[in-house]
Amino acid sequence: MLYRENGQFKTSYRADLQIFPIVQDRWAILALVVAAFVLVPMVASDYMFRAILIPFLILSLAALGVNILVGYCGQISLGSGAFMAVGAYAAYNCLIRIDGIPMVAAILLGGVFATLVGIVFGIPSLRVRGLYLAVATLAAQFFCDWAFLRVKWFTNYTPSGSVSVSNLNLFGWRVETPAERYLFCLGFLVIFALLAKNLVRSAIGREWMAIRDMDVAAAVIGIRPMYAKLSAFAVSSFIVGVAGALWGFVYLGAWEPAAFSVDRSFQLLFMVIIGGLGSIMGSFFGAAFIVVLPIFLNQALPAVGDLVGVPISTAGISHAEFIIFGALIVWFLIVEPHGLARLWAVGKQKLRLWPFPH
Amino acid sequence: MGYFLETLLGGLMSGMLYALVALGFVLIFKASGVFNFAQGAMVLFAALAMARLAEWLPQWLGFQNAVLANVLAFIVAGAIMFAVAWLVERLVLRHLVNQEGATLLMATLGITYFLDGMGQTIFGSDIYKIDVGMPKDPVIVLESTFQGGILVNKEDLYAAVIAAALVALLTLFFQKTGTGRALRAVADDHQAAQSIGIPLNRIWVIVWCVAGVVALVAGVIWGSKLGVQFSLSTVALRALPVVILGGLTSVPGAIVGGLIIGVGEKLSEVYIGPMVGGGIEIWFAYMLALIVLLFRPQGLFGEKIIDRV
Repeated sequence: MLYRENGQFKTSYRADLQIFPIVQDRWAILALVVAAFVLVPMVASDYMFRAILIPFLILSLAALGVNILVGYCGQISLGSGAFMAVGAYAAYNCLIRIDGIPMVAAILLGGVFATLVGIVFGIPSLRVRGLYLAVATLAAQFFCDWAFLRVKWFTNYTPSGSVSVSNLNLFGWRVETPAERYLFCLGFLVIFALLAKNLVRSAIGREWMAIRDMDVAAAVIGIRPMYAKLSAFAVSSFIVGVAGALWGFVYLGAWEPAAFSVDRSFQLLFMVIIGGLGSIMGSFFGAAFIVVLPIFLNQALPAVGDLVGVPISTAGISHAEFIIFGALIVWFLIVEPHGLARLWAVGKQKLRLWPFPH
Repeated sequence: MGYFLETLLGGLMSGMLYALVALGFVLIFKASGVFNFAQGAMVLFAALAMARLAEWLPQWLGFQNAVLANVLAFIVAGAIMFAVAWLVERLVLRHLVNQEGATLLMATLGITYFLDGMGQTIFGSDIYKIDVGMPKDPVIVLESTFQGGILVNKEDLYAAVIAAALVALLTLFFQKTGTGRALRAVADDHQAAQSIGIPLNRIWVIVWCVAGVVALVAGVIWGSKLGVQFSLSTVALRALPVVILGGLTSVPGAIVGGLIIGVGEKLSEVYIGPMVGGGIEIWFAYMLALIVLLFRPQGLFGEKIIDRV
């Protein structure tokens, strides 16, 4: 009853094709966005911004990108960390080498370079798929790790190998306090999420899904596999690259190649699996889950340990994190392959009838 | 010339170890169609179990003999790997029959994380050493041919012999026994194998057990050479290109691929490395695998069944 659709008639194709065809959804999303922009900066503490909200926003953006490739186009990628790194380092280089370039332009250019690298490493996907492609994308990961560590030009010959960006500046608006950084990332995320949502509903998104579901059949009905796959690689790595640039510029401030190691790639893949393969909403759920779980375990495990009289060390917590992640991934793959997003959809379905059983 | 040969030999030896890990991949893929990302975690887990049990068992049972401790630890660690294999089949694979390769790959990624965390929780996360009494002193051979001769590590020789024996044994097992035939049938087609009465579940347990034993042997050799620590699990990432190069379904391919990559890594590091800043060992194998993928997707020895799109 709360989530009642009857009485909402669509009398035009336009109305039927809206992103959120149901009134409640529209208002809920609008309220959520308004709350994120207005309410959250008022109530959240600096710790919340730094430890949870900013990483959540940026990783959501990255997960969105990975989801386009893995969830929508079915091209499994273990090299997302590399594309983040390319985004971050390319944006850094644009910033220091091009005089007077605006911050946003540098970040977007980082995305453009990530796109180029993504397309290059996406080429093997035209000949191989599945497991083989995973290895091909791992090649991207290891090559980029090495390049950013060893090729000094990328880091502008800093002796320590780490680079730093300060004085974030958006057309005169100095992005300094945690709340401002949060809003900066949120702006990016909202725009990209909207774009991605529209993209996957459009012709190109349907091509990706057709390729994912059965590429031979897709080719038979006239979808060009090369175009579909490479465009998925391009769009995905653009978003991931922008997320990488934000991660470096806004969240870390100063970073070294280890920030974008193969662990980051796995983490992004887990977000997509746990959140929901092939779901924009799922990317947010997955990112939230993966950001919050370690913090939660850090708080909860020692408390539980005290309760039963077993002291739990920091190493123990990180091991527990591994175990729980591993178990959850397997559990989700077996029980709910569509992830948290599917649970959310089921919940909405239930609300359609609530509180009446039929 | 002597230096070149020494590098070559060093490459061959480390290639042998890659091959050993790659063998685990190939076995599971050949017999179940699952690309087992968890092989590296299994190597770490097995090596940790072995290292710690060799330390613990004498304390628990109250004896001093180092050889006995090692033998017992090896047996118990093997039993633990059997248990792991059984649990993996029971809890994971059984529920994912006939799923796509990518799903299974991600499931093994989950197993990787689980085993990494579990192993370190149970056995601790410091650096441990395995001492199975392999002689560590180097010998100098071919002194008459080259000036100074070639330095060979005896340990490497033993490792190579063990690995070769293991491979021979496995080849026999796959080719000559009924179980081996059943394993190959399952790899070809789960459903068809099941419908002619091959018990899929038992086959999966068997093959994971075998892979567990291979992991244990690889772990013991690596561990006694370099010590047992978390970084051992990244061995899997080094061995991945080996399987791609050699072909996913070929046992000889794993060996040859391992040797090629071992030698290629060492030689390129020595002769090309200084030109581009060194450290190219990290990606050399992957680039090689990538090139092979582009031109011969099934690998050097693989069967040509890969899906072309």
